[in-house]
Amino acid sequence: MKNVVYRIRHETEYRYSWPVTLSRQLLRLIPRSTPWQDCLWHEIRVRPEPPEWSWLEDFFGNPVAQFALHTPHDELLVAVESRVAVRSHAPAVAPNETLPWEMAREWLHGGAGGAVLDPAQYLFASPHVPVAGSLAAYARTSFRAGRPLLAAARDLTRRIHRDFQYDPKATTISTPVETVLKQKRGVCQDFAHLQIACLRSLGLAARYVSGYLLTHPAPGKERLVGADASHAWVSVFCPDLGWVDLDPTNDLLVDMEHVTVAWGRDFSDVSPMRGVILGGGEHELDVRVTVEPETEETAA
Amino acid sequence: MPSQLLATYPRATGRYDEMFEFSGRVRPHWQALFDALVASRPEQMARRQAYVQNQIFENGITYNVYADSKGAERPWDLDLLPYIIPGAEWQKIEAAVVQRATLLNRILADVYGNQYLLREGLLPPALVHGHAGFLRPAHGIPSPDGIHLHLYAADLARSPDGQWWVIADRTQAPSGAGYALENRLILSRVFPELFRDLRVQHLASFFHTLQESLSHWAPRDDGTDSPRIVLLTPGPYNETYFEHAYLARYLGFPLVEGHDLTVRDGCVWLKSLEGLQRVHVILRRLDDDFCDPLELRADSALGIPGLAQAARDGKVLIANALGSSLLESGALYGYLPGLCRRILGEPLLMPSVATWWCGEPAALEDALEKLDHLVIKGAFPQLRMDSVFGSDLSEKAKKKLIAAMRERPYQYVAQETVHLSQAPRWDRGHPRRLDSRAMGLRVHVVASPNGYVVMPGGLTRVAGVADARIIALQRGGASKDTWVMSDAPVSDFSLLASRFEARNLVRSGANLSSRVVENLFWFGRYAERCDNVARLLRTALARSLAEGNAGEGQGSDRGAILALCRECELLPADDADFKLEPSGKGSPVTEDVALLASLTDPDIPGGFAANLRQLVRIGFNLRERLSLDNWRTLNRLAQDLEAQRGSQAKEPDLGEALAFLDQAVTALMTLAGFALDGMTRDMGWRFLSIGRRLERLQFMTTLLLRSLDSEHRGGLDWLLELADSIITYRSRYMMRPEPLPVMDLLLLDEANPRAVLFQVRGLVDYGKRLTEQFGPCGSESLARYADRLREMDLAQELSASEGRELRDVLVGVRDAAALFSDHLGQRFFSHVAEQNIGAD
Repeated sequence: MKNVVYRIRHETEYRYSWPVTLSRQLLRLIPRSTPWQDCLWHEIRVRPEPPEWSWLEDFFGNPVAQFALHTPHDELLVAVESRVAVRSHAPAVAPNETLPWEMAREWLHGGAGGAVLDPAQYLFASPHVPVAGSLAAYARTSFRAGRPLLAAARDLTRRIHRDFQYDPKATTISTPVETVLKQKRGVCQDFAHLQIACLRSLGLAARYVSGYLLTHPAPGKERLVGADASHAWVSVFCPDLGWVDLDPTNDLLVDMEHVTVAWGRDFSDVSPMRGVILGGGEHELDVRVTVEPETEETAA
Repeated sequence: MPSQLLATYPRATGRYDEMFEFSGRVRPHWQALFDALVASRPEQMARRQAYVQNQIFENGITYNVYADSKGAERPWDLDLLPYIIPGAEWQKIEAAVVQRATLLNRILADVYGNQYLLREGLLPPALVHGHAGFLRPAHGIPSPDGIHLHLYAADLARSPDGQWWVIADRTQAPSGAGYALENRLILSRVFPELFRDLRVQHLASFFHTLQESLSHWAPRDDGTDSPRIVLLTPGPYNETYFEHAYLARYLGFPLVEGHDLTVRDGCVWLKSLEGLQRVHVILRRLDDDFCDPLELRADSALGIPGLAQAARDGKVLIANALGSSLLESGALYGYLPGLCRRILGEPLLMPSVATWWCGEPAALEDALEKLDHLVIKGAFPQLRMDSVFGSDLSEKAKKKLIAAMRERPYQYVAQETVHLSQAPRWDRGHPRRLDSRAMGLRVHVVASPNGYVVMPGGLTRVAGVADARIIALQRGGASKDTWVMSDAPVSDFSLLASRFEARNLVRSGANLSSRVVENLFWFGRYAERCDNVARLLRTALARSLAEGNAGEGQGSDRGAILALCRECELLPADDADFKLEPSGKGSPVTEDVALLASLTDPDIPGGFAANLRQLVRIGFNLRERLSLDNWRTLNRLAQDLEAQRGSQAKEPDLGEALAFLDQAVTALMTLAGFALDGMTRDMGWRFLSIGRRLERLQFMTTLLLRSLDSEHRGGLDWLLELADSIITYRSRYMMRPEPLPVMDLLLLDEANPRAVLFQVRGLVDYGKRLTEQFGPCGSESLARYADRLREMDLAQELSASEGRELRDVLVGVRDAAALFSDHLGQRFFSHVAEQNIGAD
């Protein structure tokens, strides 16, 4: 089976206009291991060096690091480096051969215990994902009666890609999904939230995935260090297949060019770096991400 | 004369009457009270009523109503008559509520632990994952002895057949126990003989158990034998803040807000004057999702960053455990009988009000079929749906509701309506008359190492209007003391009496939090600043009025006053910047108009209204520390100002403004008097006094520097007036104000409480005491100026050297005072706001 190893560097740098006297940060920056992905190695460097660290796995199984700084500082650098091996995990079944979506919905809501427990976590509204009639209505065009679930979800991905314009200036992290639906603009985060909201409004299970995407430099150009960014996409649950990843920003089925870092109900569960500081005044933020394929090899 | 008492008493039809049997006979356990009422003269009853009202007022018992934008408080409403329940009946209630608490706790422990109930299909996933109260970061936090619910309350109601039902579970941070206690303290004195004869069970042991249990389960990693327990409140704007403050005092736990606590080295600490002190247990009245902005709601300004991790590490006990509100949902009711049999191996003793969770397809169809007889509610609190009575709906509205329910059935529950029982109530509009109101009973439970313990009593709530279907204190209901009769002699254990031995006496302010001290400091500063501004405005406006009446009057000192007003930001900096809108009828903008604006317009930063607003805000935050008199004085002043603003807007009137300012100055002096006469001389008082003196010192140095300004050399009456020293001056000198004696009185006279040296000496003295206790605190340079002031030859200064040294010293004093203030801020308060940043 094909196997790609990526080397990822993700640096976050804050410069404050006024010293920060106390800072406590939660990091979800270490790629989780999954059936199709292994985090081979990782390293976190923080400057100034924190005296307090704690580690845990959150409710969704994502690795979380937490640190605290008690001495005044006016700069904070968090640099995470990792090597991740990714194997192919696109669905083995053609989208048109999956279960009709209404049957999937019935299964998701009718059951208790056992296999339904995992997807059932992702059926309901969450902080960034509302459920509403307007969202269901947008989704219905794709979800015609009796249509196989994955075919319909794939079509929804395509429509979002077609109907919405990528525009980093149009939204912030707090822009509601309903606004995104109206103004038809946003970034990967917005498109992921929108598609999840559409799916959940129909009664289906969908989760939010944060991670990285391999970008391809223009022909003849070198890969630019730090020019990449965090990415976000969607995972939809098909009872007959399990979780299937879709990328509405790029209109594709996720396979080997996406590196998963964490998943949850929405952005609020997987925010790469979340913190509370005391002081600081105004701040400047600089985020640099580089994703490089290290080797391409064929595993047995 | 029972007939008079019952002249308008409604006969219960279709509901259970707590006092009367269907035949009209008084139920035996009410007989004694009924006889007492029959035997009481109207004056006696009026006296009792007045006693209750008076106690509520005196104790400042309030209930805040969120809907009111100003956070207005409503006085607590306590009915004169207790609700009485016989011992035998109570035992059944007790057993049922203990069972329910035990069951709910086991469910919580499972959901936040290995989730056996979910995996086995005994609990539908929607009840957990669809409920915003399921806090994922709380999953896996250890709970000593598996206790998640340390406190629990059940809301009960009685149906027409006399059967009790649970109509709501309170698992987040149940309120009401403190109000029940306060009700008891009042009502047991209204009917003392009756209280004794009925052998009413006492409440104190419940609170004692709470203290003991929290202490029992406190972390002991530091080897402490007296763990520190704090009560965490969201603050004075919370609807039950009175109860938080009251319980904290009664239980002997410091009352803290999120900012008082900090997490360091994995533990929780109280920021106090004496440094960081370890906190072992947090009894919280703050909703759990607000408790930690790092892991829970990021927009919470009320929480403690890092708290969840400290709990995860077992370094702090949080009661109730984070995530406990998960069980506040009607959707759960239908599953409880099954869960009870499965988990406890016994039948559920008291039913919940009949409820269908529509997430079950069969339940949905059932509910839709008899919609007219049911109440439809949101299944989870975050949905914020109002309850809808099926019978109230028009055909169109009903269709809409049904469509919505079919679209997302898991969001709805349908409940039978309980025809609430009615209890007698004293009719306050009549000298001797009973009427009745629908009632519900809140029963409180506390966890102990030997199982759950019920408070023998509780909070009885009665509806505000006759024939109510819903009882809510937010909607104008009232409360009753609940008397549980006993067949055996009652224990007269009292927390108030037994706990306070000499060794428990508290005299130091060791637990005084930095936040409280900071608020006291600023309360002092703003009170004084308001006083200064009021005096300045009064002096300025009085001059205007005099000139208006007598042409050019004391023109020479008006210049000095206006310059001072500009310096204090009561007037725009200079004439070029005069950009105020012309007033009403196109009349030119005058200084008077600007002065009136800075009196009443809270948007003018240095003005009286703005400063008073700050004072009221800080006073509100200090409510549990200030006497009611303080609060009443402040409130009245704020109300008067509001009235003044209205009338000045209609028609500007200098005379009226002056009359108001006279009142304001009096009110502010009253406030100062309370601080002097009514407050204990503890650390908090010291900081309040430092605040006052710093502010006064700043004002006085500004005044004196202005008087030295040669441009405005004129009369000095204004100076004496602003410094409130006219009387003293006149009694000493019998002549018009001359520079030397005026300066001596206002600068160097250590007996004059307005003099500069008086403030400096006081501040140096406070500084010395703080230094003794906490180390250097920035008062050193003020001390040097005290010596320079004492050595000054004032006559020489004023005549020969044009006051150069004097000016130097005044500026120096002012700077030293500012330095002292900054130093106090850095050393004792946490003055930087926390902010929240999420990056990607």
